Amino acid sequence: MSETATTPLGALLGKAQRSGGAVLLPYMTAGLPGPETSLDMFRAMADAGADGFEVGIPYSDPLMDGPTIHEAGLRALDAGTSLDGALRLLEAVVTTTGKPSVVMTYVNPVLRVGVGEFAKRAAAAGASGVILADLPAEEADHFQAAFADAGLGLVLFVAPTTGDERLAAVAAAQPLFLYGVAELGVTGERTDASSRAGELAARVRAVTDVPLVLGVGISTPDHAAQAAAVADGVIVGSALVRRVLDAPDAPSAASSLHQAVADLAAAVHSTRS
Amino acid sequence: MTLIRPDERGRFGEFGGRFAPETLMPALLELEAAFEAAWSDPSFHAELRHLLRDFVGRPTPVYRADRLSQELGLDLWFKREDLAHTGAHKINNTVGQALLAKRMGKPRIIAETGAGQHGVATATACALLGIECAVYMGATDIERQALNVYRMRLLGCEVIPVTKGPGTLKDAVSEAMRDWVATVETTHYIIGSVVGPHPFPWMVREFQKVIGEELQEQMDGGDSGRPRPDVIVACVGGGSNAMGIFYPYAGSSVRLVGVEAAGHGLETGEHGASLVAGSPGVIHGSRTYLLQDDAGQVLEAHSVSAGLDYPGVGPEHANFKDRGIAEYVSITDAEAMEAFHLLSRTEGIIPALETAHALAWVANERDDLAGKTVVINLSGRGDKDVQQVAALDE
Ligand SMILES: Cc1ncc(COP(=O)(O)O)c(C=O)c1O
Repeated sequence: MSETATTPLGALLGKAQRSGGAVLLPYMTAGLPGPETSLDMFRAMADAGADGFEVGIPYSDPLMDGPTIHEAGLRALDAGTSLDGALRLLEAVVTTTGKPSVVMTYVNPVLRVGVGEFAKRAAAAGASGVILADLPAEEADHFQAAFADAGLGLVLFVAPTTGDERLAAVAAAQPLFLYGVAELGVTGERTDASSRAGELAARVRAVTDVPLVLGVGISTPDHAAQAAAVADGVIVGSALVRRVLDAPDAPSAASSLHQAVADLAAAVHSTRS
Repeated sequence: MTLIRPDERGRFGEFGGRFAPETLMPALLELEAAFEAAWSDPSFHAELRHLLRDFVGRPTPVYRADRLSQELGLDLWFKREDLAHTGAHKINNTVGQALLAKRMGKPRIIAETGAGQHGVATATACALLGIECAVYMGATDIERQALNVYRMRLLGCEVIPVTKGPGTLKDAVSEAMRDWVATVETTHYIIGSVVGPHPFPWMVREFQKVIGEELQEQMDGGDSGRPRPDVIVACVGGGSNAMGIFYPYAGSSVRLVGVEAAGHGLETGEHGASLVAGSPGVIHGSRTYLLQDDAGQVLEAHSVSAGLDYPGVGPEHANFKDRGIAEYVSITDAEAMEAFHLLSRTEGIIPALETAHALAWVANERDDLAGKTVVINLSGRGDKDVQQVAALDE
């Protein structure tokens, strides 16, 4: 059986799928703008209508991230954000907001503590699953098994470059959800809505009912609405992280996030039938 | 030996693999298939052989270093990759990969560079074949390898400075990979060493093993009139010149020694010795030894030589280390600088600072190596380093 139904995020995505709607899953780097104020960012976004979160564990060399999230990670590391600190934050996010959350990071920090140990700690913190941006399906089996043992789902990616046959194979692994890469390229804000997300979503739909969440480059309520129309969930990262990086202090970061997420949530939820 | 190629997951023993974003995976699979097809196509080999001979100047000579042999008390030889076109071994790989990119119909090529030798070699191959070229280079390296920056521009290549992080090779590789994630449909990434996700470590080794294959003929202990090597020594940044000369000798009785950068000294933590002082993990798409902290964050490397200033190393070297096929040692900045001067003065060859690390190890170990036939892979010439050395000597 897929993990989809057994984790809180899986349940949420299943519900969105059945209702023909979509959920908003903001990404935010843990430990920003500081270790003490990071939770406030998530609370502001939850208040504004976020349905769940991607909590980023900062990594020194994020190959899939553009300048904004890269910078956020370096700042969080400088501020002393550790793996355990990030997981404590995730636990606080899940308990105080009640919103399901996944961990987002890269392979090496996971290998460093050990895949099984990482899974245990992430599960204990209340995570629904794990996203590893540099883990393709070919290398995923060992990770997915260890995560499943701990009751966690693994998220796998599909991209505009992923051919149909490969796409079906990735979906057959029954990930927690398919992360549809909406843009060719790394994370970062874009001015135009993706021209390739619709085609990707249609190809996913044709082969699987694993939930599809679109992310990368989705920056405005308009982009988010277009993504929500074809997917079960929408991830917005850089456009939100930038607000935290640019804000003069934590309260203004939180209020800036609140406003942005309220607009994004309205756009995403308007697709609910 | 079962070393012919990595397994279907791109593993050399426990190392290697493909830890790359999904967006790149189809391109990596396509590249693997394209390389396999080209590598079993006699017409590809014929074209490559022609370019290696008439454009690159292969085979490169082996040269007996008489004065140094006498001074050190051993039988010392150089494999003269410094005499290859553009002044280093890097051209063996870039001509091969550029030919492959052309065969795949990719109109644009990107690369990263540390010392600038790989950047120059890539720009050269692109000029030769009429392919658009952009090279990522860390801001620190742009400063210390200014000559090569100018050469790349002369060759019609765009040099893109990388200011994130310490501005060295690691950051340049990361930035090139980010470019590739966005442009993969029209762009080929010529990685500069035996690093990165499969098929790069395998493919780059295949293009570089010509160094060792030539040496086998040139020093065969028979008709060549030259002895067989007892020991082969090469510097190791990502490990391409070392793998190129080691590979044909892997599993033989010849002692293989890879020399990493000890920078300011291993004990200072400021070095580039991933095999000697690092631990296994994943960097730039491959499972290998790297310099990392307890949390799995990649550490900054340090070396006086930009080409060795890298916190990772090729996965096949990681396998060679664990299986005892080669041994890995390290040499400090100061020792390398001394060897740089020694070689210049004693043999009339100004080596690259990278290469000077290999000679420094031989000089240190002269008592142990007494009477042995030792071959150093003279991976590159030192013109690019002259300004930096002049400044350091003051
Ligand atoms: C002359 C020379 N030797 C060695 C190296 C190190 O690279 P590798 O270990 O891949 O041979 C470089 C890299 O720039 C170089 O320019």
